[in-house]
Amino acid sequence: MQNVTPAIDAVPTKLVLEHVSKWFRTSSLHVQALDDVTLHIAEGEFVCLVGPSGCGKSTLLNLIAGLDRPDGGTVQADGQPINGPGPHRLMMFQEAALFPWLTVLGNVLFGLKLVKGLSAPERREKAEYFLELVGLKRFMHSNVHELSGGMRQRVALARSLAPNPSVLLMDEPFGALDALTREQLYGDIQRIWSQHRKTIVFVTHNVREAVCLGDRVILFSPNPGRIREEFSIPLPRSRDINSVDLARYSTEITRVLKGYVQNEVAG
Amino acid sequence: MIARWAVASLFFACLIGLWQLAVNAQIWSPLLLPSPANVLVYLWSSVEDGTLWEATLVTVRRLLIGYGLGILVGLPLGLLTASFRWSQDTIGVLALGLQTLPSVCWVPLALLWFGQTESAMLFVVVMGTLWSLIIATDTGVRTIPPIYSRAARSMGSSGFHTWTHVILPAALPFLLSGMKQGWAFAWRSLMAAEIYVTILTGFGLGHLLHYGRELSAMDQVIGVMLVIVMIGLAVDKTLFAPVERFLHRRWGTARG
Repeated sequence: MQNVTPAIDAVPTKLVLEHVSKWFRTSSLHVQALDDVTLHIAEGEFVCLVGPSGCGKSTLLNLIAGLDRPDGGTVQADGQPINGPGPHRLMMFQEAALFPWLTVLGNVLFGLKLVKGLSAPERREKAEYFLELVGLKRFMHSNVHELSGGMRQRVALARSLAPNPSVLLMDEPFGALDALTREQLYGDIQRIWSQHRKTIVFVTHNVREAVCLGDRVILFSPNPGRIREEFSIPLPRSRDINSVDLARYSTEITRVLKGYVQNEVAG
Repeated sequence: MIARWAVASLFFACLIGLWQLAVNAQIWSPLLLPSPANVLVYLWSSVEDGTLWEATLVTVRRLLIGYGLGILVGLPLGLLTASFRWSQDTIGVLALGLQTLPSVCWVPLALLWFGQTESAMLFVVVMGTLWSLIIATDTGVRTIPPIYSRAARSMGSSGFHTWTHVILPAALPFLLSGMKQGWAFAWRSLMAAEIYVTILTGFGLGHLLHYGRELSAMDQVIGVMLVIVMIGLAVDKTLFAPVERFLHRRWGTARG
């Protein structure tokens, strides 16, 4: 078992998960959400976690975010064990978790106010910059309910980017959006990623989406959640979700995914 | 806006007109049904000799102090019952039980404990406010989607900051309806208490109402009732309506 950098040498490893396991206990249930998961993610890498629901991929994200702790194994960021949430690893959720009591600008400022050492004008400047980046600066004084679903996720993206985290954790952020809006956001997120070079861990159950966005696609299987297979996606950026090359990858991955989901059901 | 004002004014003018017609028809004795003009004369004279102002001041002061105390105690207790199971099983159950008790029922107890004093009145108002506010706060906090605090925690918010910047604002719609209900209960219980018993430390509107009955002064009875209605309306329009408008605008709920 080597414990240093995986595939991409020379790039420092950002996140290291070693033999991570996690159980959930309720009065009626005792579920192993993650079983012996080992995963290394390089700095600036875009990694997509794919799998059917209940395979523990969101749990993994919560562990990296520091919102939850593993029952076994270690989770490290920059060589340090993760002891709780921090502004370096920000989470973006599926439903727009925007705060309805704040305006668009207020929402983006919320995270910035928790960053130490920023003056009010600096915060304001950053908030406006990131709203501009997602194309919503002219809506900064709007109320959250006045925005469409896609716009809300854009604001959520701006809110997550504003405190300048080095790791962005995205839990099916586009799951609730229509196809057209999603495609626009694929473009946006790739553009922003290439400009700002964040490490992104992206959870989805949509294989095509994973292939479109990820440098690597990691396949999970449920009960208990385990890593089954890993695919490198060496396609050039920026990728179009409708391209034929991309379809070839996603067909292959879907085939593998179906294979073990069926085995699961049969066995 | 002007149209709405016009409709409202027309409606109330019609009501007063009907009242006047009923008086003119002389179905009831003028002793039982005074004319609008008579009531106006009473109101004018009692404003002039100061009795009405004084009584209003006494009542409103009791109400505001009692209500304020109720909120000061009820809000933290509601947050407490929503946060810990032990407090829900104790304070929560107590609040649920006592909320069903009509707040007038506190009056006899308050009089025996505090005598005919200001404290007795405050006690009744606090009891009227407190329990419904605890329950509204508790419900409000429990109804908040957990994703709000998760998102806030992910951004580095914790402890007191989460309470003041996430939980309380997220629960605001429930807090407001709890405060409105608490206000209504406080107002009702105070009026009942003032009518029920003479408080030696100050004559409130309830006492004016009571003496109106004793003297068979129907113009006074109706006049004081009108004042009570006006205070209720004024509080709603100045205290609650702005917050409600803010909620509707921000949350995008339907206009009330």
